[in-house]
Amino acid sequence: MYKIVKKRALNDTVTMMDIYAPLVAKKAQAGQFIILRVDEDGERIPLTVAGFDCDEGTVKIIFQIVGGTTMLLNAKAEGEYIHDFVGPLGNATKTEGLKKVCIVGGGVGCAIALPVAQKLHEQGCIVHTIIGFRSKELVILENEFKACSDKLTIVTDDGSYGLKGVVTAPLKQAIESGEKFDEVIAIGPLVMMKFVVAVTKPLNIATTVSMNPIMIDGTGMCGGCRLTVGGETVFACVDGPDFNGFDVDFDEAMARSDMYAEFERAERESNCNLLNKGMK
Amino acid sequence: MTIQPKKHLMPMQEAAVRSHNFSEVALGYSAQTAIAEANRCLNCKNRPCVEGCPVYVAIPDFITKIKQNDFEGAYKVISENSNLPAVCGRVCPQETQCENKCTLGIKFEPVAIGRLERFVADYHNANCNTVPEIPKLKGRKVAVVGSGPSGLACAGDLAKKGYEVTVFEALHEVGGVLVYGIPEFRLPKSIVAKEVEALKHYGVNIQTNVVVGKTVTVDELFEDGFEAVFIGSGAGLPRFMGIRGESLKGVYSANEFLTRVNLMKAFQKDSHTPVLHAKNVAVVGGGNVAMDAARTALRLGAENVYIIYRRSMAELPARKEEVEHAVEEGVKFEILSNPVEILGYDTSDRLDPKNSCVKAIKLIKCALGEPDAKGRRRPVEIAGSEYVLPVNCVIMAIGTSPNPLIKSTTQGLDVNSHGGIIVEEVSGKTSKEGIYAGGDAVTGAATVILAMGAGKSAAKAIDEYLDKKGK
Repeated sequence: MYKIVKKRALNDTVTMMDIYAPLVAKKAQAGQFIILRVDEDGERIPLTVAGFDCDEGTVKIIFQIVGGTTMLLNAKAEGEYIHDFVGPLGNATKTEGLKKVCIVGGGVGCAIALPVAQKLHEQGCIVHTIIGFRSKELVILENEFKACSDKLTIVTDDGSYGLKGVVTAPLKQAIESGEKFDEVIAIGPLVMMKFVVAVTKPLNIATTVSMNPIMIDGTGMCGGCRLTVGGETVFACVDGPDFNGFDVDFDEAMARSDMYAEFERAERESNCNLLNKGMK
Repeated sequence: MTIQPKKHLMPMQEAAVRSHNFSEVALGYSAQTAIAEANRCLNCKNRPCVEGCPVYVAIPDFITKIKQNDFEGAYKVISENSNLPAVCGRVCPQETQCENKCTLGIKFEPVAIGRLERFVADYHNANCNTVPEIPKLKGRKVAVVGSGPSGLACAGDLAKKGYEVTVFEALHEVGGVLVYGIPEFRLPKSIVAKEVEALKHYGVNIQTNVVVGKTVTVDELFEDGFEAVFIGSGAGLPRFMGIRGESLKGVYSANEFLTRVNLMKAFQKDSHTPVLHAKNVAVVGGGNVAMDAARTALRLGAENVYIIYRRSMAELPARKEEVEHAVEEGVKFEILSNPVEILGYDTSDRLDPKNSCVKAIKLIKCALGEPDAKGRRRPVEIAGSEYVLPVNCVIMAIGTSPNPLIKSTTQGLDVNSHGGIIVEEVSGKTSKEGIYAGGDAVTGAATVILAMGAGKSAAKAIDEYLDKKGK
């Protein structure tokens, strides 16, 4: 059992938790992920590590309340426990040697982008950050990004905060105005990463994307998280989750990601009913 | 006394009934039938059956105890060599091991050694609560990586010798392939749980949710005071064929499909883990895992389940009994047939989510050609014989390649070209001092009993090594 040491709502649909898991905290690095089960008989879901504190023995997770399992997780209070928490899984984001990087984060993907930005900042890399959200109410981690970015641009789809539009516009603008990035690191919805690559690939600006496919064990056993990258079948859990954005077949990944959409909808509805009846 | 030429039948659920439920297929002998079957044993002098057993169970001795109505005595005989009798009695390929060597089998059907082992183990589990004596602790720590058959066997033997054993399991449940791979209808999970409880009684400490190679490395285990490490991390990444359409929705590896159903209990209505309940299912492969996947798909409600296998029925690598059960339950065999492509829907609406789902599998007919290096006749595709089988789920059961997590984080641990850990035969000693390995992590996908045997031999070797090394 793993204790929820701290819980904070970042907005109506995104929650942050610090989980006591000292073994995981000791090893975690930016870009890696964990797998958790909320309760006995619960589903295993992967969540990317949003931070860690070796001294406190805690791992930070930030999740969007989108499906049945994240609803159950969000229903847990500070001080309560979750059943299983395993990691850190996957490979850390490669940051060695980078001098100037543009981090592009979208929605809850910003939670994953943050530790990467922090790590780059700590190693003296120039960090430009572009983060995008649907609207003002959904903006998260603004201050945290400000602290580790040399330049921070916020965009919202509806223009209710920051610039109006999508993340690719300021990215394009920065490149066109002569900014030379060693690498662009894009973390967010598949469609966002696809369009970031559409900007960077023709200009041959190295681009790393963080993939988050459906997963069960997360240790290279089930093969559910397979992706096509550069024409080869790879497994996000052991080969990733970071890949060269130029090579990822995003359309296939998008198609695969909604495999259980109907089941998820039913789960969400049944959990809504349960939770509304006052069940924890 | 005349000898009955055939094995006593084991009662089973009717095929038509069992193909719709997940309860155990075979129901086990009664005491009376067990004694009658035991009496078929000639108790011959040269005991060839023992040679046929990977862990050398004193088979004629336990059968003699059954004849004498001393079932607990029979259990004691088996457990001298086997750590998991209730498991092995169910999943061992006896027909190629002990029963294959049985003297009676020369003229008649061999003694049903597997069924007798199962009877004895089940009798013990149901009737005996004798608490085994806990050995005196040596104050020395050994780590076991993985809680599948090799890890459990190794941990059990070392604990009985007085070592403080910690088993590290990556998943949330203990048992490895016994819980995520082999289905409930072939090996009830309660039986695995019972074996695990027995280990805990001996003081084995089991830590779930620890991925060795990630959460801790093997080298760190030594720093933490473990004096030896056994790696039984199992087989790894599922293989795919590399044909078109393998990324369509509805294509599973057998590992994923079985894990969803067995470990995550997706067969239960209230499970939080989804699995496709497809009407028409193709399972590619002819091994035990393929049979498990096919029979599981039937139980999830499929109307047509096809085993796609490129050789003929005679070459199927699965256990005979599993094939027979699958046939009885209605699994159809598309033999001499090999997948060429998996076809998806292609509706005019580009955004229709159905577009990325499996619609059919395109197969090509094969004929058997010259024997290969192993003596198995090679399948040869017949040009122009492609045909299409409409299915909405394809399960790939064509094997696995070793997991890279441990070798990539353990310096000095040698692996072969397939990625399997290189070990000395029998001892399981690896290229790195104090590290032993066994089971599928070494051999690639094999059987429960071979893995258990490897775990046992490694336990013996570890004991000798630590004894020699001194504290």
